[in-house]
This record gives sequence, C-alpha cells and structure tokens, in this order.
Amino acid sequence: MKGMGATQEEYYRGVRMESYDLVKELVIALGAVGVLALIGAAIFSSPDLAPVTIANWAQSDPVDFVTTASGELASATTSAGYGAPYNAAGPGQSWGPIAPQKWFGVRILIDSANAFVIQPLQRASFSNTDLGTALAAWQNASSDQQGTWLDAYTKALANATVTDGGVVVATGDYGPLPVMMSNLLGVAQSGGLDGLLTINGRFYQTDYTQPLLFMGDGEYLSGLADQAHLTGSLWGMMNETGSYPGQTWLWLYTMWYQVFPFNSDTGIIGLNAGNADLGIILLMTLLTAALALVPFTPILRDIPRWIPIHRLIWRQYYAPRKAAARP
Amino acid sequence: MSAPSSVGGSTPGKPESWTVRLRQGIDRHLPMDHLLPDRQPYYVGSWVYVFGVVTIAALFWVILSGVILSFMGPQWWHDSGVGRFVNSLHFWSVQLFFFFMVLHLWGQYFMAGWRKGRAATWMIGVVIFGISILTAFTGYLSQQNFASQFVAINAKDAMNGAGIGAFFNVLNFGQMYGLHVMLLPIGVTFLVVAHIVMVRSRGVVKPIDAEGGAKS
Repeated sequence: MKGMGATQEEYYRGVRMESYDLVKELVIALGAVGVLALIGAAIFSSPDLAPVTIANWAQSDPVDFVTTASGELASATTSAGYGAPYNAAGPGQSWGPIAPQKWFGVRILIDSANAFVIQPLQRASFSNTDLGTALAAWQNASSDQQGTWLDAYTKALANATVTDGGVVVATGDYGPLPVMMSNLLGVAQSGGLDGLLTINGRFYQTDYTQPLLFMGDGEYLSGLADQAHLTGSLWGMMNETGSYPGQTWLWLYTMWYQVFPFNSDTGIIGLNAGNADLGIILLMTLLTAALALVPFTPILRDIPRWIPIHRLIWRQYYAPRKAAARP
Repeated sequence: MSAPSSVGGSTPGKPESWTVRLRQGIDRHLPMDHLLPDRQPYYVGSWVYVFGVVTIAALFWVILSGVILSFMGPQWWHDSGVGRFVNSLHFWSVQLFFFFMVLHLWGQYFMAGWRKGRAATWMIGVVIFGISILTAFTGYLSQQNFASQFVAINAKDAMNGAGIGAFFNVLNFGQMYGLHVMLLPIGVTFLVVAHIVMVRSRGVVKPIDAEGGAKS
C-alpha cells in the first residue's frame, strides 16, 4: 500500500507550487484575532445580569410567590405535573411509539409539594410552635379537606393585597394555610428558602435543580425574562441579556419553535406544540446527520458545482482558463 | 570487541516492533514536510483558506481565557474587574470562534472540500461544530447569572422531552460546569487536532473542475 506522503505528491503532480509560510500565517491570525477579542472585551465588556434569588421573588412579588407555593401543595404547577425525569405525574412527550422521556423514567425525583413547601416548613418549625401546630393540622387533615382549603385560599389569592411585605386575603376558612404560607413567605424573604432548597441536608452544593424548578413554576422570573426579551416566542434560547449577542448559532433550532407544526396545537402527523421539544430535537439530529453526510448525498454534494461560488474562491485558478477560452 | 549499541537517534529497529511500526506509520502518513509545508498549490492564495486558520486562532484565545477563568474559579469574574475582563475576552473569543467556524464551514461547502478521500475530514468538522455548540451551551449555563437561570429553565424541557434530561441535567450547575471546563473542551481540542492532521495529511483539495465533480 502506498503511504499518504507519496499520494499527496502524486495528487499535486503538475500543479504549480508556491512558497507559503503557514506558521507566519498562524502567528498573524493569533495576533489579529486576539486584538479583535481584546477590543470587544475592552469596549463592550460582557453580560452579567445578577441572578434572581427566591428572596428577590418573595420580596418583589409576594402574591405570586404564595400563589405558586399553594399551587405546589395542590399539585397544580408545571413541576408538580411534569412527569419524567422528576416524577410520574405526567406522561411526558412522545411521538407515536417514540417516548424517550418515559423510557428513561424518573431519575431526578422531585416531589414538588414536599420539596418546595412541606420540608422547608418542617425545618423552619424547629423553634416555631405556631408553625408546627399548623403543619400538623395540615398533615392530619384528609386530602378532601386539604383540597377544600386550597381551593378557597387560591381563589382568595386572586384578590390578595400586600401589607408590610405580607400577603393579606379576605377572611375565610383556609385552615392552617395562612400560617403556613406567611411563614414560608417570611423564610423566603429572609433568604432562608434559597439555602433550604439548595443545601437539602448537605454542606457542599452545586445542584440548583430544586430552586430553579420552583422559580420556574412562578411567573416572576418569566416576567423578568419577558422584559429582557428572552422568552421562547422571541427566539429566547439564542438571546442574551442586554444588547449582547447570544447563542446565535442556535438560530435554526429556535426557529423551528416559531413555525408549523411546532407552534400549532393540532399540528400534523402527530407533531405539534405539545411535543415540539421532542420533535425539534429529532429534526435537528436528522439535519446534523444530513450535514455530516453531505459528501455522500447526491444533490447536496452537487450544489457547490452548480453554484459557481467556487469560481470566486479560486479566482487565481479559473481566471487564466477564462482568458484562454476567449476568442 | 562487540558492536556498539545504538543510543538515541532513528534506527531501523526490528520490523515487528510496535514502536517501529507506529513511527514508520507516522512517517508515511504525516511526514514533517506535510505537517508544516513551506510550499502550497498556487490557488491556496484565496482568502477563504484564512477562515480555518482564524478559527484555530479564536479557539486558542477561547482556551487561554477559559483556563484562566477555570483556574480562578466560577465566582471570580463576578466580583473582580480583572475577572470580568477575562470573562469578556472569553465571551468575544467564543463569538469570533463561531463566526469564523461558520464561514469556514460555508467556504468548505462551496469548495466541496470533501472530495478525493476527504469525507472524514468534513464529517469530523461537523462533529466539532456540534460539540462546540454543546460546549458553548454549557458555558451559558455556567455563567451563574440571570441568563443562565432562564436558559436552564427553558432548556430543561427540550432535554427532558428528548429523554436526555435524565442524564444531562441543565439545572445542575456542577454537572454543566464540569462538562464545560473539562470534558467538552478536551473533545473539541482533540477533534480539531485530528481535523488539522487529516487536512495536512491529504493536502488541500484541488479546484472543482480540476478533477471533475464534487463527489467524495
């Protein structure tokens, strides 16, 4: 078998070779690109909008916070009914027999009511007898009774007012919920819930699944994202806060969310807004594979020959031939 | 008097030696004058060839600034002016890296750069593009700011819907940070080296009409 060295020499036989300083080109490129990056860094800096804490949320929008926490108890939030990988409450996305969300099951177990409300309150009730009594009343009540309290309290929250940072609702039979919620709100406003949801019995922590899911259930964070033009209908994933460029290379991925069938409730061939995430990931996987297989794909591999951009790229090569072809 | 044994240098060695076979293979496939050639076909003077070199240059700055950021820790750049500057250098290097890489990709497409046994080079390039997107994505998730929070909360649905979220938890900062600063950059760097070696091993492809067609 001939080595590649011989093959390259054979490949270039008859081709005029010229001096070319590859290392000099690389060094110049390193310098030029470095200068561009330095100019960008010096003039424009980089985005760093401070993260939202649960304390920010509870202080800025206590009604949304309490409404969300009540929704967790009622299993009425996004995370409570999510399905895999957090719980078995929802079916997850599927397309015909393709249901990878269900296949891989519950691997990051989150019980929203317990994780976001009951357990933090149990920890907070350590030296708070009123809260301890309220928690015991809640846990000893039947699920029907809990549902009745939650229903009445949730309806009252629609007309709640904020006084001295606390949430005030019309008088009614809400059982222990007002005590539980005012304590949870107080813990959250002090910053304690940020710690309780992240530490979760450990000292070192790098996993923010619980606080992010909880904040995602509320409307405060998504409202801020809307103001920052980050939401999905505005091609959110590829945007960045401020006027900075974001992940613009995700344009094709985010585009699919804006078009049929992925923006439609009914869709076509079982693909619609309800399983858009699965459908778009499958589509992008296929498109990426198609890009990788361009060298073997008729038409796609022939387009460069049909569209004469290569004649611009290799002007030096084609110009003499064009001149020679003239009469 | 016994024959002097050879110390150092390049001796023929026993042909059955794995070491000798490896050395001979490298000599055959990538001799130094192919790895660092001082002569190229005259049509390589086109500016489109620069896109590949500047992509590598941008990757150098991405890695250099990224190494400083990872050495100083994820909190440093939020609290320090110098840290913010290094992060900005990282941010703009990444933007330049993708900009040049996309130009390189389109340039190679319209040059049909996969011809004459170069399909694997093209395919590895596509894989590098994909892993680079994943690396940047984990970078955005590792910023520890508002954008990270919102990207994570939204991206989890895409990951979970495709079943990937069970293993690749975008809400887990530790997992995303580890992937961003170590595994994925190693993958990109390794594949870029392989890509460059393949380009240098075969040499740049001839203009389309020089050998007819755009088939691989």
